Amino acid sequence: MSAVNAQHAVPTALWRARLRLALQSLRENWQLFVRTRIGIIGLAIIGLYALLALAHPILMNTVWEPRTYDPVVGYAFDETQQPAPPSLKHLLGTDPLGRDILSQLMFSARSEFLLGLLAATVTVVIGTAVGAIAAYFGGWVDTLLMRLADIMIMMPAISVLIVLSALIGVEHFELALIIGILSGFGATGVVLKSQALSVVVKPYIDAARSAGGGHFHIILVHIVPNLLPLSFLYMMFTVTSAIFSEAVLSFLGLLDVRMSWGLMIHTTESAGYLLQVTEFWWLIFPASLSITLLCSAFYLVGRSLDEVVNPRLRSR
Amino acid sequence: MTTDPVLVVEDLKMHYVTRAGTVRAVDGVSFAVARGQSLGLVGESGCGKSSIAMTLLKLLPDNARLVSGSIILNGVDLTTLSEDQMRAHRWDRISMVFQAAMNSLDPVYRVGDQIIEALEAHSASAGRDAMERVRELFDLVSLDPTYIRRYPHEYSGGMRQRAIIAMALACEPDIIIADEPTTALDVIVQDHILREMQAIQRSLNMSMIYISHDMAVIAEVCDVVGVMYAGKLVEFGPTTEVYARPIHPYTKALMSAFPSVRGEKHDLTTLPGEPPDLLDLPAGCAFHPRCAYATDECRTSIPPTVQRGDHWATCWNPVDDLGGE
Amino acid sequence: MNVSVGIPASASLALVSAVNLAKRYPVSAGWFRRDRSFIHAVDGVSFDLMPGETLGLVGESGCGKTTTGRMLVRLTEPTDGQVLFKNQSGDLEDIAHLKGAPLKDFRRRAQMVFQDPYESMNPRRTIFDTVAEPLHVQKIGDHSERFERVSETLSMVGLTPPASFLFRFPHELSGGQRQRVAIARALVMEPSFVVADEPTSMLDISIRTGIMQLMNELADRLGIGYLYITHDLAVARYMCSRIAVMYLGKIVEMGDTEDVLQYPVHPYTKALLSAVPVPDPEATRDALSIKGSVSAPVDPLPRCRFYDRCPIADDYCRDNDHPPLEDKGAGRLAACHKA
Repeated sequence: MSAVNAQHAVPTALWRARLRLALQSLRENWQLFVRTRIGIIGLAIIGLYALLALAHPILMNTVWEPRTYDPVVGYAFDETQQPAPPSLKHLLGTDPLGRDILSQLMFSARSEFLLGLLAATVTVVIGTAVGAIAAYFGGWVDTLLMRLADIMIMMPAISVLIVLSALIGVEHFELALIIGILSGFGATGVVLKSQALSVVVKPYIDAARSAGGGHFHIILVHIVPNLLPLSFLYMMFTVTSAIFSEAVLSFLGLLDVRMSWGLMIHTTESAGYLLQVTEFWWLIFPASLSITLLCSAFYLVGRSLDEVVNPRLRSR
Repeated sequence: MTTDPVLVVEDLKMHYVTRAGTVRAVDGVSFAVARGQSLGLVGESGCGKSSIAMTLLKLLPDNARLVSGSIILNGVDLTTLSEDQMRAHRWDRISMVFQAAMNSLDPVYRVGDQIIEALEAHSASAGRDAMERVRELFDLVSLDPTYIRRYPHEYSGGMRQRAIIAMALACEPDIIIADEPTTALDVIVQDHILREMQAIQRSLNMSMIYISHDMAVIAEVCDVVGVMYAGKLVEFGPTTEVYARPIHPYTKALMSAFPSVRGEKHDLTTLPGEPPDLLDLPAGCAFHPRCAYATDECRTSIPPTVQRGDHWATCWNPVDDLGGE
Repeated sequence: MNVSVGIPASASLALVSAVNLAKRYPVSAGWFRRDRSFIHAVDGVSFDLMPGETLGLVGESGCGKTTTGRMLVRLTEPTDGQVLFKNQSGDLEDIAHLKGAPLKDFRRRAQMVFQDPYESMNPRRTIFDTVAEPLHVQKIGDHSERFERVSETLSMVGLTPPASFLFRFPHELSGGQRQRVAIARALVMEPSFVVADEPTSMLDISIRTGIMQLMNELADRLGIGYLYITHDLAVARYMCSRIAVMYLGKIVEMGDTEDVLQYPVHPYTKALLSAVPVPDPEATRDALSIKGSVSAPVDPLPRCRFYDRCPIADDYCRDNDHPPLEDKGAGRLAACHKA
């Protein structure tokens, strides 16, 4: 092989090999994931809500007339009385302010996803960094990060969010950041650190050091990639807690959001329909069921990923 | 020493069913162990020697299938026993000493209590009698009796292995299976323990099966040795015979690859290649790809048994002197 | 802090010299206790290793042999003592406390092969990535040069053709092949010194001999100095021209391998030797005269480390400090009052 050829052939072959490993482990993990079943149920629910979220803008641009169906400022002129029970025009009825519940539900699904994924990403980026750095350096760096984690864990997240929302306007983006920081520097960081501890004692870390590899090289090339499966797992759990926190805060009316599932229940409550569940079921069930379902779905996916990542949990 | 066999294993086949295919871990193994005799099973990792131990004790994982064969211990065929019946046999008639001594003892119970529990479970003795028996056992394996009331983590590696041996001896079984009993230990401790095990075995006229990768350990403690390769016994006979005049080229290669601190410093030979993939065994003799004496027959047909008195091997081209054309 | 001492090469022929090396680990005894205890893992170890020589460091687990090896390649920083290493200009340089660029430069010349071929490679990296890592972090050559060098090194350790191994992953290789990759990684920068920590103890007999022969052959061909760490005297016999026997952080005997094995001087060496089983059913060995097992060297008393287990110890051994490692004739060094 000539030098010029090798110049191009090596990276190509390397990337092909890496891709092959990635696909192979993806295939194996997928098979394990499928076998747990609960993960598939979770994935199906997530898929359903993803479709709802994607369908909303399309419906608004085609069959749903914005004046009537807008989730925030719409008004069902075609109904004489608000809230109106489900009908052909409004499949899940309307809320006390005359807005279409199905439209609200679908519109909110998108922001729930964005919130969950952003919170999860922030958590995992921070948690992985904290875990890898604390485990690798040890000593005072570890002590500092772990004491910080203790503080984060001890902090009652909901109360903190209530205080913060009173002080500054908290929207979805801020909420995601706060949840991500609390969990990333807190519990997720601690879990990833304990995983990282089992990586830093591997002889390949010593081999990299004796090759002359710097801290940055070792953390990035050897530790972080071996934490990723667990990081990904904790992303799922963070999504659950983010959606749940959002629901609680919106219900209490503490978030500056235009529409969300929690806010839908809040509207019901402030209009005084909360205790008349049997009569006005469409005001409560769609939103609360969605919160429960989507939270459980991510939790189920997480549980089943847990079995993929931790072979010891695998049922025989 | 009587010559009636305590354990007779006949055509034992145990396969693992995996997603990649069937692993023939134990593939038609037959042997007998006489009372008071110690048998060594030697071979490299993946040759099936530990699988034999697990099969004899019927401690098999879910994906293991006992395909055929019989394990007759004192006239009882263990393969036909239910799990409950087998549980009564384990410890009582057949017991074991494993390599990972740390895992064999429960860390949250005192060592003495664990032995008493085993004794009571088999109604061998109870109460004060059991305590007395534990004292005897500790004495037998040279453990300080003050350690009866201590926890496993307070024991050193060698002491833990002694405690495991005491537990295995508790119900005076007919046969003990020791799977790499001293592999994790330092040589000096290994030497103490091997000597003690030998002395106990002789004084109780008990049978033993030692399983090891270490040719030297087997040479020292076993009367009879079986060499395993790819799930099969390839050579079997009295230890002195097998070591002095190996018939199978694999046995011969193992001997000459094994370094010794004593005697002449002979050149070590290297076996080419790697142990075979049990999912995809070579046709004919499984050893033929690595064998210097392999001929066409070896590549296609199962090798015949070459008998030299009570010493035999399965090979087309035996390498002992009698085998020459 | 720069502690490099420029001792001219003529002062010593050694490639590496350990001078009174020591490593102590504090034993935590609660937060508020001032008087902490220390484990004396390695306690005043000195030896010279010549270029191209293989020195065996043998002993039981916990004797400090691995810690000594790690200090020589600076994976562990010594508490005390010096590691004098011959640099490119032929001067001896103390690498015991190097940092930053000089340490990184030293890493080109000293490498280590680890015991466990399953754990010494990152499972997510290809063989090429693994072997090229030293070249990559040391910024040696461009991509195609690294490729050439990795291929050459793989063929050198018997992984031929290299193209069929380069882009595979550790789990696709057998134990023996993995250990060859580990050797290739250690040799790819052409070091003058390699610490091999039990490189064959986890391999099967039929594979082990091949690795031993490969290492011997490479030592001859490339003139590498090895520190070969092993618990197995029989393996040391085939790998090392000289051996040093360690007990509780001290070298108790050192000399030519065959000499030491034939005529051990120190009672510990004698015990160790007589405990090794022999692959000959007709051979008989004497029963051991020593009792007990090795304990952790926590704040050892100022007396011979082997006193508690020694069959020939007397009051003199109890009342005097650990004996120095001295010449007992014919180049044999032993640390014993009685020998």
